[in-house]
Amino acid sequence: MDYLLTEEQVMIRDIARQIAQEKIKPVAAKYDAEGIFPWDIVKILAASDLCGIYIEEKYGGTGGGAMELVLATEELSKACGGISLAFAATALGTFPIILFGTDEQKQKYLPDIAKGKKLAAFGLTEAGAGSDAGAIATTAEKKGDYYVLNGTKQWITNGGEAEVYTVVASTNRSKGARGAAAFIVEKGTKGFEFGKKEDKMGIRASATRELVFTDCKIPKENLLGKEGMGFIVAMKTFDQSRPGVAAQAVGIAQGALDLTVEYMKERKQFGKSISSFQGLQFMLADMATQIEASRALIYACARMIDSGNSKVGKDSAMAKLFASDMAMRVTTDCVQLFGGYGYMRDYPIEKYMRDAKITQIYEGTNQIQRGIIANHLIKETAAK
Amino acid sequence: MNIIVCIKQVPDTTNVRIDPETNTLVRSGVQSIVNPFDMYAIEEAVRLKEKFGGLVTVITMGPIQAEEALREAISLGADEAVLVSDRAFAGSDTWATSYTLSKAVQKIGKFDLVICGKQAIDGDTAQVGPGVAAFLDIPQITFVKKIEEIKDSFIRAERMTEEGYDIIESPLPCLITVVKEINEPRLPSLKGKMRAKKIEIKKLEAKDLDADPDSLGLKGSPTKVVKIFTPPPRKGGQMLEGEAKDISERLVDLLKGDLCL
Ligand SMILES: Cc1cc2nc3c(=O)[nH]c(=O)nc-3n(C[C@H](O)[C@H](O)[C@H](O)COP(=O)(O)OP(=O)(O)OC[C@H]3O[C@@H](n4cnc5c(N)ncnc54)[C@H](O)[C@@H]3O)c2cc1C
Ligand SMILES: Cc1cc2nc3c(=O)[nH]c(=O)nc-3n(C[C@H](O)[C@H](O)[C@H](O)COP(=O)(O)OP(=O)(O)OC[C@H]3O[C@@H](n4cnc5c(N)ncnc54)[C@H](O)[C@@H]3O)c2cc1C
Repeated sequence: MDYLLTEEQVMIRDIARQIAQEKIKPVAAKYDAEGIFPWDIVKILAASDLCGIYIEEKYGGTGGGAMELVLATEELSKACGGISLAFAATALGTFPIILFGTDEQKQKYLPDIAKGKKLAAFGLTEAGAGSDAGAIATTAEKKGDYYVLNGTKQWITNGGEAEVYTVVASTNRSKGARGAAAFIVEKGTKGFEFGKKEDKMGIRASATRELVFTDCKIPKENLLGKEGMGFIVAMKTFDQSRPGVAAQAVGIAQGALDLTVEYMKERKQFGKSISSFQGLQFMLADMATQIEASRALIYACARMIDSGNSKVGKDSAMAKLFASDMAMRVTTDCVQLFGGYGYMRDYPIEKYMRDAKITQIYEGTNQIQRGIIANHLIKETAAK
Repeated sequence: MNIIVCIKQVPDTTNVRIDPETNTLVRSGVQSIVNPFDMYAIEEAVRLKEKFGGLVTVITMGPIQAEEALREAISLGADEAVLVSDRAFAGSDTWATSYTLSKAVQKIGKFDLVICGKQAIDGDTAQVGPGVAAFLDIPQITFVKKIEEIKDSFIRAERMTEEGYDIIESPLPCLITVVKEINEPRLPSLKGKMRAKKIEIKKLEAKDLDADPDSLGLKGSPTKVVKIFTPPPRKGGQMLEGEAKDISERLVDLLKGDLCL
């Protein structure tokens, strides 16, 4: 389908596609098996100027936004949903600064992220606070010109690899969700350590680690927005970043479908290519249609964000929900179409199914997305 | 350090057709790419520029469509691009191509280094680089796999040979041709692509070069293509089957008999 991309967007898509197909695809299985962080690919993304495509020109980027981010994420994810996350999770960690940072904070942090010299990460989840993010126990106590952080964040993507962390902590636990604030914490700050690296089902090239804060002193200038705004920062960040997760899902699904169509033309049973069986053709047609529908929803949502519309919460949740559920179904069916070969690690397809699963879980589970959408619906009708 | 890189646009396929009438390559309808060896030449030039400063100018002789190849070089980090194009250049063989390119290089002016690919994947002669150096009357180092040292007026490079490599030193300006072992070309960057789209490509025609008209194009080409043909496919060999002892005896008989040892 022709989405009437700008010339620059076409360039971004083409560059990301070339990197994915020429540089990522050949090493995806290796990174999946070894679970090491793809620094060599990150360097290529940096040299190609992709790291700054959602950052303003005055802070060293090329001035795009959500649309540019989803185009690149989708292409990279076609080759590997784990490697693409180094890029996409950096966007997640950077959005709080883009949305709520002061000019000084932006000057200080964005240029290095735009150049790809530094990665970023976003730390909200804790052992006892997943879907119920308001239950966070990490505290930030103000002492003179500093905040002192204590607590442990869990399952933080890019943990240990990123240099810049945006972390949500409570400045006033008695106020619950209204007592939270968001902070920028630099790697190397005293009292900031990393816990164990998780051994995951999928996206194994991505690093997922604990952030451990023990009397970690950060300058008060590192507060993003104001005290009490921590959850607004988190929610507005997710509104921007969820189309990115959705694009990761679409990329994974499209990558799996492309491999499947190729395989079905080669694989012969009953004296014919299995692609000649109508029952299977219908499955292909349904998969392609669902992928395209997800893509259309994501692009529409990304364009809405880039137009400056701030009421994107519902649409952004819809894009994430629809695309990730679709990716799980599509990749499961792709394994089915590969038959027993699909179940074998020697073939690339089972990885897509393992990688797809996470898109239904993080940045808010799909149950939570349904809750957000329903809440919007109920509020909208109440307002009528 | 100012560097000129000669690049050639070539058809992106190994099975280009030959026009049976004219015995020349049919170039229309085939997707074009930058000659793969020239990608290494561009990369080496851009790396030298990033290290020492200066300008990288890419130059190609070819039809108007060859602009695409120049724009690609810009997206990979070259600074300026020159298209050498004129009907008068049509039918150039390696001699006329080298002559014309050398004139264009002189026109561009001051340079420290000219870099060419080892050979073009279509013409395959590997003559143009050395030819340009000869017409420019500057030293050349072919098949360079590593530049060990380069400074104001001196270069030391490793020249790949079948057995290993030679180390060759030369004053600058000098021309080198490069092999694919020299580096790993980068992919285009977004800023590079945006520059490539906008950049104005300089054009040089026959009248812009201080060239002898009789040395250009078909007229200036001593090569006459009499006939181009595809060699007949090799006939299948003969397979001997059975026990090793029998086979070796039969083989000896065959060699003694029909195959006349
Ligand atoms: C690989 C990976 C990377 C991650 N990266 C990050 C990161 O970079 N930064 C970060 O902050 N977090 C990250 N997370 C955490 C992720 O966002 C959480 O795992 C997610 O929000 C769900 O929380 P939970 O795992 O505690 O599940 P729980 O909240 O315990 O949910 C368990 C189940 O209950 C359901 N559920 C919970 N509450 C409700 C409800 N009210 N109504 C209906 N159903 C409900 C959920 O949908 C789920 O099915 C990551 C997680 C993983 C696995
Ligand atoms: C039998 C035969 C018939 C031919 N007939 C025709 C014909 O009818 N019409 C026609 O147009 N051509 C024809 N050619 C092609 C033409 O003569 C050569 O392709 C051309 O001179 C370059 O030589 P090459 O391809 O062998 O390059 P090589 O010498 O192998 O190239 C070495 C390097 O020189 C540089 N270089 C080569 N060509 C150029 C260029 N044009 N611009 C800039 N840099 C360059 C590049 O850096 C390249 O890597 C023919 C060639 C042969 C062998």
